Amino acid sequence: MSQTPTHPKLDAKIPSGHISEKWTNFKSTAKLVNPNNKRKHTIIVVGTGLAGGSAAASLAELGYNVKAFCIQDSGRRAHSIAAQGGINAAKNYPNDGDSIWRLFYDTVKGGDYRAREGNVYRLAQISNNIIDQCVAQGVPFAREYSGLLGNRSFGGAQVSRTFYARGQTGQQLLLGAYQAMEKMVGAGKIQMYARHEMLDLVVADGKARGIIVRDLVTGEIERHAADAVLLCTGGYGNVYYLSTNAKNSNVTAAWRCFKRGAFFANPCFTQIHPTCIPVSGDYQSKLTLMSESLRNDGRVWVPKTIGDKRSPEQIPEAERDYYLERKYPSFGNLVPRDVASRNAKEQADGGKGVGETGMAVYLDFADSIRRLGDHTISERYGNLFQMYEKITGDDPYKVPMRIYPAVHYTMGGLWVDYHLMSTIPGLFVLGEANFSDHGANRLGASALMQGLADGYFVIPYTLGNYIANNTFPKVDESSEPFAATEAEARGRINQLLSVNGSRTVQDYHRSLGHIMWDYVGMGRTRDGLQHAITEIGKMREEYWQNLKIPGSPDTMNKSLEFAGRVADFMELGELMARDALQREESCGGHFREEYQTEEGEAKRDDENFSFAAAWEYQGEGTLPTMNKEPLTFEYVAPSQRSYK
Amino acid sequence: MSDTLMTIHLKVWRQDAPTQPGKFVQYTVPGVNPHMSFLEMFDLLNEQLSVKGDIPVEFDNDCREGICGSCSMVINGMPHGPQRGTAACQLHMRHFKDGDHIVVEPWRAAAFPMIRDLVVDRSSLDRIIAAGGYISTNTGAAPDANSLPVDKDDSDRAFDYAACIGCGACVAACPNASASLFTAAKVGHLALLPQGAPERKRRVINMVEQMEKEGFGDCSNHGECEAACPKEISISAIAMMRREYVKAVVGS
Repeated sequence: MSQTPTHPKLDAKIPSGHISEKWTNFKSTAKLVNPNNKRKHTIIVVGTGLAGGSAAASLAELGYNVKAFCIQDSGRRAHSIAAQGGINAAKNYPNDGDSIWRLFYDTVKGGDYRAREGNVYRLAQISNNIIDQCVAQGVPFAREYSGLLGNRSFGGAQVSRTFYARGQTGQQLLLGAYQAMEKMVGAGKIQMYARHEMLDLVVADGKARGIIVRDLVTGEIERHAADAVLLCTGGYGNVYYLSTNAKNSNVTAAWRCFKRGAFFANPCFTQIHPTCIPVSGDYQSKLTLMSESLRNDGRVWVPKTIGDKRSPEQIPEAERDYYLERKYPSFGNLVPRDVASRNAKEQADGGKGVGETGMAVYLDFADSIRRLGDHTISERYGNLFQMYEKITGDDPYKVPMRIYPAVHYTMGGLWVDYHLMSTIPGLFVLGEANFSDHGANRLGASALMQGLADGYFVIPYTLGNYIANNTFPKVDESSEPFAATEAEARGRINQLLSVNGSRTVQDYHRSLGHIMWDYVGMGRTRDGLQHAITEIGKMREEYWQNLKIPGSPDTMNKSLEFAGRVADFMELGELMARDALQREESCGGHFREEYQTEEGEAKRDDENFSFAAAWEYQGEGTLPTMNKEPLTFEYVAPSQRSYK
Repeated sequence: MSDTLMTIHLKVWRQDAPTQPGKFVQYTVPGVNPHMSFLEMFDLLNEQLSVKGDIPVEFDNDCREGICGSCSMVINGMPHGPQRGTAACQLHMRHFKDGDHIVVEPWRAAAFPMIRDLVVDRSSLDRIIAAGGYISTNTGAAPDANSLPVDKDDSDRAFDYAACIGCGACVAACPNASASLFTAAKVGHLALLPQGAPERKRRVINMVEQMEKEGFGDCSNHGECEAACPKEISISAIAMMRREYVKAVVGS
């Protein structure tokens, strides 16, 4: 297979040396910015989740002037706050055989050999610094009576390497980053712009030099210039309408960068999380995740007989199928997410699903409660059990939970090199918004790790190297590129408002979600994907003729905000389907029904598809073109993933 | 539990801008499923308004799973509504009856200026954190995480305070519109941990001063904050903050 990318912009810039020395080699040769010069540079950070918050804080501490933007009313509300289960690190505190190598290996394997080795190894190396940093900030991780940190295991791993803060790990980590950021706001080194939405990227002389934003309170359009732009805007799971993402999570900032020349990589790689509260009706606005950590103590089962509608306590042990334990004896209930999700779908499709809709399986804690007692289970999962009861009205201490897969995370994102820089110089992409570390499937407790690795420990070095290696002629916010980009952003808003049709944004979004879930969801086929492309095309056409947005552009107006986001989601959805169509193999979360083993597992095609697909925008009305960054595996030989 | 659809009568605070007077407007929402969340019932209302060409009700919301702290509705006089330990987004309509009348208002406090309808500006809470609600550890300076054991009970208590979602329900519930529970939760979280010790005195003084500067009222032990808190943070935090404050002032 060719080792050269099909486009000169796709140079991953992996440093030389043995994989364990690459990051050290980079750091020791990277150019530095003199402390007195850092304050002459303004850096824009869009998004204040784990990646953005940690980056803004760390860069401000170094002396850069930071302008931080978020769409929520406070930096503390970014969707990272909702992550439940934990964060991985290769500390090996439990003495169970973990190491940086093993975390690296598990992540590459878990990603079904579609991630870049160099990036993943760095992530594993940095994982330990993250835990140190967070503990020093006062993040209250779970502790043993010794006063030392506790760990638990997570799907896809046979060691206990997950640090956690009850079922609210994301909240506590984000508050750590947010507090570090607020400290620098107080010190005058970060200017915070809450309730501001990025509408476009300003590119001047080939470099990212600013953004156009809308003040979501007044509707005013503003221009902000900088020497570099960091996009930390999260994933695009809401393209499915129903997902575990927060309602305001969206792809707009990333999509506008795509249209300015940033390549979008592997858009079809979506993670469908196996343990979510099932859909209960079509009024539903979002889905709620039940942390994967529950699979440590819960056993997944369905009735052995098709159509058995008895309530769970009436089904005797011998008539239950603990299908994960049966099919995957060595990993059991702790198989990776993609495997667990696909198996749940298989059971439901085969008529063994439970609950009113039949679109659910049981997650049963009875054995663990017998073994460990209510108290221990409550210590581990108390808040999750409470949340489940609030939403469903059922008590999981007494009745097995009903769970079903839901869209949770997107591994695809803007293409970045080892420096986290996109194909637009000066535009860096961090956290879930980039594509780099998780391949075709992310392991549990690795999203928090990646967000914080990028923000705390990678970008301070790679951004410095970029600043030191380039000159930055002053660009004025009144200059032509800013004026032109703003005019386009205003044009889009006016166009949306001028349609004046009869169908609401939410209605379109929900329909888009149905198409995406049915045809670009857990099981994908050539015909289905082609159908999705046609249907989305029709819907896009109708959207611009029949959309209805009440209210005006110069006030707070959620309908208008969502109208712009849904327009971008439709375009992205189509690209996801095209990407899934070209990838004629199954890998990780991407399951093409035509490509499976006899046992129904994902069948990769390393010969033809061992590459990252990096899509390039070609203008309105023209199809994007696909470029390939070949993936080479020098340290972990690809094999068929086996969790049996 | 019945799945029979309900009709709900709402009285909702509408206000176009801080400079314009607001008023209650009545709406009748048919077709409410008891499994809906309170915010999904508002989605339904807003769809009905949009289809008619009326302006939807603006309300802050995001995660809809009780952790981001965005939602901020006073429901029948109670911030986040009648269910204890539950944010409005996790309040489900099964706790209401067909034909119920429900009054919905924004958080009201001088330190939370009105923006529109049910949306207020809570940035004063961010400024309290910026005044001292952190441990100053620059990135990269941390020792090994296990080099400093922390008593498990202290760590658990710190967590109980750290669970605050910063929604401001405590302020909305307080007759004095005090942010004492919010501020005390952060003071308590950091004071209970050995990592927080070096900045302990300066932190409590600066945060309390900022709270006053923002125009929040004083605490006079009504206890409404604890009752309204969706994370059930104990008012013991405020007692702890007072002790910390006195020690800091006397000791400095």
